[in-house]
Amino acid sequence: MTIQAERQDALHPDPEPPATERHRERAKSKSSTNGLARSQNRWGWIFAAPAIIGFFLFVAGPMVASFIIGLTNWQIGLSPAFVGFDNYVHLVQDPSFWDALKATAYYVIVAVPGGVLVAFLAALLLNRVRRGRGLFRVVFYLPVLVPPVASAVIWLWIFAPDAGLANSFLKMLGLPPLQWIYDQATAVPSVALVTIWAFGNMALIFLAALQGVPRELLEAAEMDGAGPFRRMLNVTIPQVSPIILFNVITGTIAALQAFDSAYVMTQGGPNNATLFYVYYIYQTAFGAGNLGYASALAWVLFIIVLIVTVVVFRTARHWVFYEGEVK
Amino acid sequence: MTTELGVVRHTSRGARVRRRIGTTIVYALLVLVGLAAVIPFVWLLRSSVMGTAQIFAFPPEWIPSPWEWGNFAGALEAQPFLLYFLNTLKIVAIVVPGVLFSTSAAAFAFARLRWKGRNLVFGAVLSSMLLPWAVTLVPTFIMWQSLGLVNTIGPLTIPAWFAAGAGFNIFLLRQFFQQVPVELDNAVYVDGGNPWTVYSRVILPLNKGPLMLVGIFTVIATWNDLLGPLIYLNDPASFTMSQGLAAFRGLYVSQWGYLMAASLLVILPIVALFAFAQRYIMEGVTLTGLK
Repeated sequence: MTIQAERQDALHPDPEPPATERHRERAKSKSSTNGLARSQNRWGWIFAAPAIIGFFLFVAGPMVASFIIGLTNWQIGLSPAFVGFDNYVHLVQDPSFWDALKATAYYVIVAVPGGVLVAFLAALLLNRVRRGRGLFRVVFYLPVLVPPVASAVIWLWIFAPDAGLANSFLKMLGLPPLQWIYDQATAVPSVALVTIWAFGNMALIFLAALQGVPRELLEAAEMDGAGPFRRMLNVTIPQVSPIILFNVITGTIAALQAFDSAYVMTQGGPNNATLFYVYYIYQTAFGAGNLGYASALAWVLFIIVLIVTVVVFRTARHWVFYEGEVK
Repeated sequence: MTTELGVVRHTSRGARVRRRIGTTIVYALLVLVGLAAVIPFVWLLRSSVMGTAQIFAFPPEWIPSPWEWGNFAGALEAQPFLLYFLNTLKIVAIVVPGVLFSTSAAAFAFARLRWKGRNLVFGAVLSSMLLPWAVTLVPTFIMWQSLGLVNTIGPLTIPAWFAAGAGFNIFLLRQFFQQVPVELDNAVYVDGGNPWTVYSRVILPLNKGPLMLVGIFTVIATWNDLLGPLIYLNDPASFTMSQGLAAFRGLYVSQWGYLMAASLLVILPIVALFAFAQRYIMEGVTLTGLK
């Protein structure tokens, strides 16, 4: 409730001054308030100028340019030739494009729900205890601190087929060893496991949300005879659903653009199993030097991100609960 | 307090025992998750100071004997990580002030000034947060290439001064700036000050914590960046830490001891930063969920 109220305030930062004050100001001098408004208008643009220039130079401009370059055949170091939608026609027939889509989709489907689930469960556990919570918070956060390249190197070694930790563990349990990132079938889940390992960030966000669930609601539900499971399903989850949405959206956008793990751990292999989309764009643009085709690929990614975001927001209406919302 | 009483009222001995078992299970699970988070670290630490034979032993050994400190010397000899460290530091030193300046100025304009087009510009900045940056990769590269700045740190540092990719930081700072009472601004204006005075004398000094937070997030993001240096820095003498480690991994596939020692060198500065700024980071992460 309070967060909602604060948010309302935040959205409307300049409440009208009280009437008396306004009167006084107007009485003081009409021209001076006009002058302040005009100077604020000017200063507003000045302060926002770096960000606005940056938006055009590094976001909007390249977006448009990317589309135009996508209509050319442009080899690095040569001059571009306009080819219309040829790149997009080629793309549909490019098996690597489909491999990239498949690998990325598979990765998103495993890593995002897996990460959200693990983080949510960890936050629930943390929320149940008082003693040692600080310590566990730090421990859970440690993997987040590992630079992605370093974490890829560590896991590369954990996944080593002969003497890696993962297979040593399986061996001790009497289970047969796996090939992890070196097997087409297990490569994507293995890379997703590395992502899920860094669940700490999401877990802390969830923990803060759980602490914001009003106790009265939980107590009222308990009075009404709701068991722990019903309380979770009907009180806690609806209350934190906006945060779940936030984590799902940011997690999905990040996962759709996974690059580091493919570059360091698998180089897209084995057999294109982990040819993540951005890695394929990178290879096309800076490995093969095909700037036109890479831009077309990038634009397809843009459309995909757009569609996924819209779909998640759309479905969110059915499962995200906003307090004070009138349906 | 009321809950405690409420629970106590109904508590029989059986219920109390059940609760204690519940708590024990919760702690057991927490320890299990904690181990999963920490074991890769311990694995890294022990491997970084072990000889090759011991690294490959089964069942896995956890205590190095003898301690192979030579791995660090070997890694440093094989790749100039000290140079990479300085290279990264140089980039960080230019990026962080740039991000702090450009994002705080924009956040100030959005939070404290009334101007035509404000909502439109703010909407654009917010929507750029959802944009896949990969789409801008090729045109941005072509732009830097035509400016002759490939193989310099320009492409990695100049965008920071224009809040590129920093939409989230702008949003975060704006939330904080809005909480400062408007009366403070008005007092400055009455004294004949202008918005620059408000920005530099009121808003910035009152928001050191949030600025610190943005600074820390920026250091970590710059430190971790791999794709940027890969595209723009081709000369091994100007590699960053992350890039250097990635290159190292390609060269020394079988030298696990060296590789682990090198990874540790890349991780340590960030862990040190965390130890120093833990409070800010933990609070900051929590705030990100307030959206």
